[in-house]
Amino acid sequence: MELESKHIKIKTKDINVYYDTVKVLNNINMEIEPNTVTALIGPSGCGKSTFLRLINRMNDYIEGFRKEGDVLLDDKDIYSKNTQVELLRKEVGMVFQKPNPFPKSIFENVVYGLRIQGVKDKQKLNEAAEQALVQAAIWDEVKDNLKKSALALSGGQQQRLCIARTLAVEPSVILMDEPASALDPISTAKIEELIHELKKDYTIMIVTHNMHQAGRVSDKTGFFYMGDLVEFGDTKEMFMSPRKQETENYISGRFG
Amino acid sequence: MNVLENEIDKINEAVLEMMHLVGQQLEKSKRALLGPDTELAEEIIFTEKRINALELTIDRYCENAIALYSPVATDLRFLISMLKVNSDLERIGDYAEGIASYVTEMEEDLNQDMLAAIKINEMFDLAMEMMVAMEKGAREENTGLLRKLFKMDSSLNKINKKKSKVISEYIKKDPNLIIQGFYLHSTIKKLERVGDHIKNVAEDYIFYLDAEIFKHKKKKK
Repeated sequence: MELESKHIKIKTKDINVYYDTVKVLNNINMEIEPNTVTALIGPSGCGKSTFLRLINRMNDYIEGFRKEGDVLLDDKDIYSKNTQVELLRKEVGMVFQKPNPFPKSIFENVVYGLRIQGVKDKQKLNEAAEQALVQAAIWDEVKDNLKKSALALSGGQQQRLCIARTLAVEPSVILMDEPASALDPISTAKIEELIHELKKDYTIMIVTHNMHQAGRVSDKTGFFYMGDLVEFGDTKEMFMSPRKQETENYISGRFG
Repeated sequence: MNVLENEIDKINEAVLEMMHLVGQQLEKSKRALLGPDTELAEEIIFTEKRINALELTIDRYCENAIALYSPVATDLRFLISMLKVNSDLERIGDYAEGIASYVTEMEEDLNQDMLAAIKINEMFDLAMEMMVAMEKGAREENTGLLRKLFKMDSSLNKINKKKSKVISEYIKKDPNLIIQGFYLHSTIKKLERVGDHIKNVAEDYIFYLDAEIFKHKKKKK
């Protein structure tokens, strides 16, 4: 009997990244399975956010950015000449550290991506908005006020609205760059709970400075230090018995 | 040194103190029984209160460290292990107290032939040897030394297995020995359990130090 080969959602092969002459990522190889949450941890400047932004080509705008190696999404090279970056970003959504709703109504925020794609059918937009808001666990709080300005929502609600906006265009991967660092513990818990739920339908990568958040939400964790991927493996194993001393020192707060 | 490291040092010192105290209790229980020495037995019973108090203190230290500092990796393994080690040590203390209680209730001298036949001296000495090795292994964080305890424990088990047969033969010959036969049977069982608890302590230290799980591992045939 032939064994079915494991599907890999995201694969990076021998990735080196430079900003001008400075090398910020050094030979990173990582394989991410679908419907998993991968946490990227490490001190500031270690390269974790650069690595995250590679996956939807957000680094392309940074002057002096240059990369070597391949980034494969569903076995396709996302840096090939044939890649349409707009379509890639539809496939790979991103949620940022600070909630960044547009100064528009809640409804218009959620359907923004669909409108850009040219969707005009009102029923389709309504359905997509409701589905995304339900998935982002904010529907019950906003369903009666969809015309209200998104800026009137609390920080935690704004962040979930931004997640809904990302989900509305039906990505398969969601990148999160410290999505809860500006939120209070209750809103943070809601986002973490949401990440657990979203894992069923999406592949999630999250950059976090909060070790315990990485422990709570992720299946796999990658520890970056000075551009190297020092250790990558099961989160449970890494937090109970890391293989590398540097990882142990970092996660237990004895760094340096 | 960060705050958690200070807490861990404090817990380590308390656990080693507990270990030493329990070792002394066991050693005294041998002298109290074989003496017999009722005064020493009373002392053991009194000291048991100190062990119980120390157990509660160590539990509280560990719980606070987990609640306040959210430890991970080695720190977390240390705290999980020490909670279990603490409980095992307290049980060893209970066994020493149990033997001492028997001494205070003893109404007749122990039959020396039966004592020799059930190898109670050897049993005590082995248990003490294990206690000493456990304390040294824990103090030096020496997993090599701690691993040797598994073999020593099986020697205790061998003596334990023969106890019922040997004691029943003495009782058959002289039914008046029935009460002390029961007490000695229970003492041997206690010493065998001491060996089990020491083995548990060794397993917990190995988990903490080497992140290796030994519990319920079947022997390779």
